[in-house]
Order: sequence, then C-alpha cells, then structure tokens
Amino acid sequence: MSTLTSPASEDAFVAQQFDNIEQQREAAKLGMWIFLATEVLFFGGLFLGYTVYRFTYGQVFVDTSRKLDVLLGGTNTAVLLVSSLLMAFAVRAAKLDQRRMLTWLLLGTALLGCVFMSIKGVEYHKDYVDHLVPGRHFEWHGPDPYNAELFFWIYFAMTGLHAIHVTVGIGVMLVLALLARLGKFSRGNHNTVEIAGLYWHFVDIVWVFLFPLLYLVGHR
Amino acid sequence: MISDATEIDVKTAGQFARDNYLSVHHGVRSWLLTKDHKRIGLLYLFTILFFFLIASVAAALMRIELITPQPKLVTSETYNKLFTIHGVLMVWFFLIPSIPTVLGNFILPMMIGARDVAFPKLNLLSWYIFIAGGALALWSLIHGGVDTGWTFYTPYSTTYANTHVISMAAGVFVAGFSTIVTGMNFMVTIHKMRAPGLTWFRLPLFVWSLYATSLIMVLATPVLAITLALMSVERFWGVGIFDPKLGGDPVLFQHLFWFYSHPAVYIMILPGMGVISELITCFSRKPIYGYAWVGSASMAIAVLGFLVWGHHMFVSSQSVYAGMVFSILSFLVAVPSGVKVFNWTATLRKGSIHFGTPMIYALGFIGLFTIGGLTGLFLAALAVDVHVHDTYFVIAHFHYIMVGGMVMAFMGGLHYWWPKISGRLYPEFAGKLAAMITFIGFNLTFFPQFVLGYLGQPRRYHVYPPEFQIYHVLSTAGASILGVGYLMPLIYFIWAWKHGRVAGPNPWRATGLEWQTPSPPPEHNFQQTPVVTGPPYSYSAEKDVDVDLASI
Amino acid sequence: MEKVTQPKVYVRTCVALLALLALTWAIGYVDLGSFNLIVALAVAIAKAIVIALFFMHIKGSSRLLHLVAVAGVIWLLFLISLTLGDYFTRGWVPLNH
Repeated sequence: MSTLTSPASEDAFVAQQFDNIEQQREAAKLGMWIFLATEVLFFGGLFLGYTVYRFTYGQVFVDTSRKLDVLLGGTNTAVLLVSSLLMAFAVRAAKLDQRRMLTWLLLGTALLGCVFMSIKGVEYHKDYVDHLVPGRHFEWHGPDPYNAELFFWIYFAMTGLHAIHVTVGIGVMLVLALLARLGKFSRGNHNTVEIAGLYWHFVDIVWVFLFPLLYLVGHR
Repeated sequence: MISDATEIDVKTAGQFARDNYLSVHHGVRSWLLTKDHKRIGLLYLFTILFFFLIASVAAALMRIELITPQPKLVTSETYNKLFTIHGVLMVWFFLIPSIPTVLGNFILPMMIGARDVAFPKLNLLSWYIFIAGGALALWSLIHGGVDTGWTFYTPYSTTYANTHVISMAAGVFVAGFSTIVTGMNFMVTIHKMRAPGLTWFRLPLFVWSLYATSLIMVLATPVLAITLALMSVERFWGVGIFDPKLGGDPVLFQHLFWFYSHPAVYIMILPGMGVISELITCFSRKPIYGYAWVGSASMAIAVLGFLVWGHHMFVSSQSVYAGMVFSILSFLVAVPSGVKVFNWTATLRKGSIHFGTPMIYALGFIGLFTIGGLTGLFLAALAVDVHVHDTYFVIAHFHYIMVGGMVMAFMGGLHYWWPKISGRLYPEFAGKLAAMITFIGFNLTFFPQFVLGYLGQPRRYHVYPPEFQIYHVLSTAGASILGVGYLMPLIYFIWAWKHGRVAGPNPWRATGLEWQTPSPPPEHNFQQTPVVTGPPYSYSAEKDVDVDLASI
Repeated sequence: MEKVTQPKVYVRTCVALLALLALTWAIGYVDLGSFNLIVALAVAIAKAIVIALFFMHIKGSSRLLHLVAVAGVIWLLFLISLTLGDYFTRGWVPLNH
C-alpha cells in the first residue's frame, strides 16, 4: 500500500467541533457504519418474514421461486458486483486527487446502477404480464395459490425496498459526480466519497443475499 | 474536581456578563437554523412539551370518563381513539425523546468536554424530522385519529379499522428516524469526542446510560420502521404477509413490533437511570457505590432487553416453550436494574443527604421504579400473566416505571441542570412542594390500578362493573393532583427564566465538566478543552456535611 | 495520513466475487435437498465478508468498526432465532381433546 502525507491544507476541511481531520474522518466512518447497522435491521424485518414463511411453506417457495428469471437475476448480481469495483476505484481516485477519473468512475457506478434498475424493470414488467403481482389480478395455477401470493408479496417487498435503496444510491452518485467535476473533492476532502462508497457496497451486499434466497430456493 | 462557586457572574437585571449561547445570536432564524446542541435541546424541550400537553388532555378525558361505570362523556369509538393518541404521543413524541434530546443534547457534549456533538447539522435535521413526524401524527389526529391502540395490532389495523391508521403510522415512522439519527450522533460523539484523559471508566454515569440508550435506539428502531411500513402497505394494498388469507400470521406482526417496543421501554428508562445516578451522588456528597457495576448494568440492560419481547405475547398463541424462554430471560433482565437500585441505595448510606428538589425526585424515583420493576416480575411469570395480561395491572406497572420513574427522573434532571441551562435558580420551596404533590398525586392515580387489574378490570375499556368504581374515582382524583404537580414547574420555570436568583457556574458544587463552565454556557462550551485527570464523583461526605448547596 | 489500496487488490476482489457468483449459480443446478439453503447462504456470507473486508476497507480498520459491522447481523440473528423458536415449537404441545 502506498501512503500519502497529509498536507496542512487538509485542516481547512475540519469542522469546528472536531480537533483534526483524522478525528473528523473517523467520526464520519463510524457514523456511516452505525447507519449501515440500522439498515441491516431495517431489511432484517423482511428477512424475518421470509424465513418464517419459507420454513412454513417450503414447497410453495420452491415452486414459486422457479418463476423468477435466474438469468436476469444473476446478471443483475454481476452488474452490482462490478459497480462495487468501480466505486472502490472511485474512492481510490478521490484519495489520489484524480478529479477526472473520480468523476467518470462515479458516473460509471451510477450507470451500472441504472442498468440494474432497467433489468429489474424488465423483470417486474414480465411478472405483471404473467399475473404474478399480488392483489386483484394475481393468478397462480399450481397448488396453494394463496401461499404462492405470499411468496410474491415478499419478493416484491424485498426487491422493491432494495430498488428504492439503489435509486437513492444512484442519485447520490450523480450528485457526487457533479461535485467532483466542480473540484469539491481535492486532496484531503475525499471522506464524503468514501462514506458514499460504504453505502453503495452495503446495497450490493443486500442483493448478494436476495439473489439466492429469492431466485434459487429449489434446484433447477 | 469540585469547583469553587465563587466565580459568580455579576449581573444586572436579567443580563449576564458574558456572551452565552442564548445571547450570542438573536432572531428566529438563529434558532431555526442553529447548529448549537444547547439550542437544539431547548427546541426539543418546547416540542415535546407540546405533545405532552395533547396526550395529557387525552388522559384527562379518559380519567373523567372513567369516574362512572357507564359511558357518560364519550362513545366507545372515541374512547378507543383517546387511549390510542395518549399512547402514541406519550411513547414516541414525549418519553422516547425526553431526556436524550433535551438533557442529552444539552449536557452530553459538555460532560465529555466537547464543543458540540459529532454531527451538529444532523442534530438539527433530527429535530426537523421529529417535527415532520409530529405533523403527520397531528394530521391523523385532526382528521379523526386512530382507534387501534398504540400497538397497531394486525389484523385490526390492516384490515378492519376505519380510522387514519396509515398517516399515524407514517408519523411514527418518520419520528423513528429522528431517534435513529440522535442515537447515531450520540454514539459517535461518545466514542470520538471525549476530552483528553476522559477514559471510558472516568465517564459520568449519565454518559454511560446515554450510550446504552443510543445502542438500543440504533438497533431497535429500524425494526419498528419496517414493521409499520409492512402494516401500512398491507392496509393500503389489501394484501400482505400478516393476512391469514394468504397463510400469513398476524402474530408475526407482534414479534416484529415487540422486538422494537420492548427495547423501546429501555430507551425510555435508561436515560432516567443515568440522571438518578448523577443526582444521588451529588446530593449525598458521595461517589456512587460500585461505579463499574452501574455502568455495566446499563449495557447489560441494553443487550438483554432485546431478548425478552415475547413476554408481551404470552397469551397471543405464541408457543408455550418460547414463552418459557422469554419468561426466564425477562427475570434475567431485571437483575441489572436491581443492581442499580441497590447501588443507589448503598450510595445513600453514610452520605451527607441534602434534600434539594432534584433529590426528592430522585428518591421518589428509586421507590416508584422499584415497585414498577417488581410488578414487572409478576408479569414475567407465565401463570400470573395469564390472569393480569391486558388488565389495569399492566397499565399500573408501566406507569409506575414511566411516570413514577422516567418522568420524575426528567423532572429531577430538569431541576438539577436548569441553573446551567438558564443561568438562574428555580424557586426551591415551590420545587419541593411540586415534587411532593407529584409524588402523592402519582401514587393516588396509579396504585388503585394495580388493585383494579388484579380484580379483573381489562384495559382499554370505559365500561366496567359498578363495584370497581371506587378505585377509578380514587385514580381520577389522583390524576388531578398529579396535574397540579406538573403545572407548577411549568409556571415557575418560566418565572425563574427572568426572575430566578443567578446560579453561577456550579450552584450544586457538583463534579462533572459541565459545571466547570459558566451558566448559561458560552456558545462553544469551553474556552479551552479541559483535561481530565481523575475519576468522576470525587465527593466527600464528611467534608460536605455543612456545605450549602444553592438555597436548600 | 491515508493509506491507498493498490488496484490489484480491488480487481482480485471482484474476480473472487464473480467466481463465487458462478459457484452460487452452479449450486442452483444441483439437488442437495435442504443443504441447498445452507450452501447458498454460506456462499452469500463469503461474498459479503469479501466485500466488507476489501471494498469497504474493514481489513486494517479499527476493532470498533469490526464490532459495528457485525453488530447489526448479530442483532438480526437475535430477532430471527427467537422468533423461529416460537414457530418451530408451536406444534410441540399436544392438544387435549
């Protein structure tokens, strides 16, 4: 690992309640990790619902899960993993004061986020056409149609909540890309990018769990 | 570390000599856009007072209705809405914020020698989020309110209720994020912004309790958020995971709800316990007995409190085996609370007791919290709970802890730190009188309710057998006395703001960094960051037998 | 002083993640009965740990951050385990007729 010395100009970025840049950075990182812990529990309520009903209706979950498009879901997983790679490089670029590289990497992350959302949109549309959206128009031609509707409610709730988080992430990346373009993240002021990166990686981790739990319940 | 109380601000009529956090900026904008934790603490104080008043009116209406066994004042539908709004506002818009956002915000940074919290802008944002949540709850109230009870149980809330459930739930959801932001802010502040030399085991116990509270705020509240969201979506969409028609389980809602709501009661009491630790030491002139035990007990309560939620569901068709596990764990969680009560009492022994108003509230807390806590053990016993679940016994139990405990701790803390906040002393005789009136009114209100519950009066009913009337009448009489006890401080705190005796930096001759700075404090708290060299509570009872604390 | 990670660490991390994804995919075609869930979860956990260690820079950070990173998960396990304890044991008590 290469190291950077911190120039005196970094102290210009220290807020008045902090004593030095190191304290400020550490505080921001701790704050974001605590926030991510809250997000684990926020999604966690849905994971609990999933767990309880998978335990109760195991066979139905196998049958319904097979209706989800594994190719699209798997592609989306890869898309997010690569977007995390770009984000990690973006944080590195911010630390190295590589303004143009940072801007492009942030835009790339946002773009892959949009690819994710598009694929998700295609999936949702297909589910809608196939009458798999819970509610009045839900149709299931196998056994246990009501329990099947339960699975799809959970599927839409979990992927929907995740999609909201991805959307917020895309917005954040676009704003950061603009700020980067305007030179706001010069050397010493890269913390915001790092914090945003933590959020993006977390959203990736959630999907990493959603994919096997929703798409791969039974073998194919 | 006791400071010499000779450094008193010389004042003319109403002005303090130095620029302080109140006088340094003027105008509405300087308050609404402030980043100063002290001003934010006061903003929260006014806000929660507003909600406390509304919730108190609901309580008053209920107590008046309950004077007679037959409905006289309100219909059953309205009565349901009254107890719902009383619970929702008292829990989420008064008790949970109370000590943390008012006293915590004001005092915590000073107690650790910091200039502010870690994220002052987020602190202000948390207040605005709180306001937004409150506005949503008020919107629901104005349009007719909700009749589900503060617990929003399914399937009534999702399927059958005809009231404004979603907007009320939205209000609570939004307010929950205010809690999360505050908790996160406090945790980072305590971890990263302690003064040099202020190691964890030199921290005042109020800080330990705020840390434990923040841990719960941060880990429990998100589960409430997702639960209310799931309930609301199910109500809106007409289909959901709590719906038996789909094979869903309404009791799953209860698991999720109580996973938050039980730790929530520890959010409500832990800060109060922290205040009591401060008051007992100061007014006994003795270091707390077993400092490390008390601090660790706060952490133990925070962690164990997450493992007991099923004791709210003993008769909800939860498995009896799960019930047994939750019962044992509930007995276990009482132990650290017992440790604290023991240690506070042991601190009193051979102390030099000064009966100032804060001390009266603190002593009242110890007695009333003990009763509340012990009756919790009654409820934790499966067989007993079968009989008293959903009766007035439960109501008395939690009001002993929340009102007899937490609100008295809040009052005690407000009185103790009022000189620091305002620069002036409240009138001591009125303070003592109000404390005694509160104590008497409280016991008269809620002790009969233990009897009522034991005899079988269910909660949330306004119609009851005539033989119960005497207890309800006593309870309502007590409530009116309690109301007087709360009204008095409201009046004299406002009076004291302008006319109270000037306090000086340390009227109580207390240890603690917050007393090493003028009253009211300057905007950034300390001229230079203090350095801590010794343990907290370096009081000496023998030396301070005759010491004069303020005017007590 | 800020440490900057070498690019190859990030690239190797991503390659490892994609390999794990391929493993997840492949397992989906094999019938392991109830072990499917366990293996799938194990692989997902492995991916999460890799992302946290290298992309989120947990590796080399303070013990406090390690603790915070796992705290959410531990608390979620409290929620899930005790709730499942209810659902698993509901059928244990025989009903008296």
